[in-house]
Amino acid sequence: MSGIPDPSAPLTPTGNLRRRQVFSKVAEYGATAAAVLAIAVLGIVVYTVLARGAKALSLDFVFTAAPSGVGPELLGTSVIVLISTAIAMPLGVLIALFLSEYSGNRAAGAVRGTLDLMNGLPSIIIGLFIFGLVVKPMQQQSAFAASVALAIIELPLIARGSQEILLLVPDSMREAAEALGVARWRSVLGVILPSALGGIVTSTVLAVARAAGETAPLIFASSVFDSRHFSLNPFEALPNVPVMIYTLSEEGNPEGFTQAWGLSLLLVSMILFASLGARALLARSKRRMSS
Amino acid sequence: MSGPGATPRGAPAAPGSRIRIQGDTHPSPGANGRVHRSLASEAVFEARDVSVFYGRKKALAGVSLRIPRAQITALIGPSGCGKTTFLRSLNRMNDSVAGFRLDGQILYHGHDMYASNVDRVEVRRRIGMVFQKPNPFAKSIYDNVAWAPRNLGMKHGLDERVETALRGAALWEEVKDRLKNSALGLSGGQQQRLCIARAIAIEPDVLLLDEPASALDPIATASIEELMHGLKGRFTIVIVTHNMQQAARVADRTAFFSLDVAHAEPSGTLIEFADTEKIFSHPDDPRTRDYVSGRFG
Repeated sequence: MSGIPDPSAPLTPTGNLRRRQVFSKVAEYGATAAAVLAIAVLGIVVYTVLARGAKALSLDFVFTAAPSGVGPELLGTSVIVLISTAIAMPLGVLIALFLSEYSGNRAAGAVRGTLDLMNGLPSIIIGLFIFGLVVKPMQQQSAFAASVALAIIELPLIARGSQEILLLVPDSMREAAEALGVARWRSVLGVILPSALGGIVTSTVLAVARAAGETAPLIFASSVFDSRHFSLNPFEALPNVPVMIYTLSEEGNPEGFTQAWGLSLLLVSMILFASLGARALLARSKRRMSS
Repeated sequence: MSGPGATPRGAPAAPGSRIRIQGDTHPSPGANGRVHRSLASEAVFEARDVSVFYGRKKALAGVSLRIPRAQITALIGPSGCGKTTFLRSLNRMNDSVAGFRLDGQILYHGHDMYASNVDRVEVRRRIGMVFQKPNPFAKSIYDNVAWAPRNLGMKHGLDERVETALRGAALWEEVKDRLKNSALGLSGGQQQRLCIARAIAIEPDVLLLDEPASALDPIATASIEELMHGLKGRFTIVIVTHNMQQAARVADRTAFFSLDVAHAEPSGTLIEFADTEKIFSHPDDPRTRDYVSGRFG
């Protein structure tokens, strides 16, 4: 029942092989093109931001307040993101530990599902929520309210990221710790968390990167600010980068556009350096543990 | 299984017990009799009709035996005969396995290990375990050994404790100049000896070894076996091995486990438990004879 009509024919494609090869090529090129497109989009964005933002950059721009600089915005965003991470990271890691070390399958599934839903929550909804929950009762906008909103955005990213990493910690480590008669939480702290530390830091940095650029919640929580003064007070609205970029680009002032691009460049570089730093840290901790 | 013994239970079994261990009903005052009687009263573990289930599957049925103190007891038998299951029941490592259930009793120095007031962490504090694959922590050599003592409040003289443990595990000379290096940089045999050092650093009463040399080359295996002779006397050692020569070399007493196919659903069970020499030279049960002579398994 051989499908080959003539075994002695030359070894060129026969039957529908030619057609199948065309499909195969199309699929291959399509996949490659999609990958190239993703890189191209990032490349174009970074290039545009760099080309238009670079001319705004100067020491004055970074370190002084309005009208010539955006120092207060950079400081404000740092404060907001720092507080939000201080809230979200311990909670996120504890949730991850619950999922990987303590919960049964069913509970874990429910919590994971909730986290994924949370991750998909539109940020403007979170902004509204925080406006009603924090801003309104306190009668004013505050960096703290903004931090709570960003913490809600960071939480599922940190929890899910950390959980994936904790799953990679081999069970033999848990057994080893367990067999030494050390209480569970000590094992978690002393053996399991350190093994997963690099991954937890990386997922936290990714969450920070995501949160640092979130705009919608900040419009509700920290948008009425004075960008002429530096401030660290989390109980007032602090100048911040995303809202400032938005305001400047709304104003129809060419100088403001340049400043907005400059600010965008700073934001992108902050995120980029944070990610690279986290990766380096991860690589170092891995190297130290495997040599 | 194979073997002419059609009766599933060994004929010399004492009445009342399903599988009575020949060694226990072995009061012959021969050359070893003296040792025996004194140790028989010093059982570390006494299993009474122990059966283990994983969900609905019966993994082990009706095991009764007494493991003597300060000796090496080997558990041998073909794959799937429940020897590792039995070993892991001795320090409650099976508790975290979903669906695990144990019938019967395991007494540890006379205390029911599965009583409701027994704390699992305390059990493992006293009964250490070394696993089949070396599993050092991703920490320095020093910290691998020092981690458990530190967490158990044994911080006084930690350096000496680490050195003693590493010497006990015959690893000190090889690592004394690089205690701060990662344990993951050690060879497999060194890692396994480090795991033994880690286990003895907290001075347990019992060491359970689950095929500790199965992932190692012959040279590393030899050093582990030598090490076991050194540890004998200070610790009660129970070792699971699929390597009969290893059991013959290191163990004082040997328990042969096999699959009991007399029932519809086969499960592992203890066939015979006696002095190692007897198990390998003139076992009572024909199934033991077949196994140790290499006829099956």
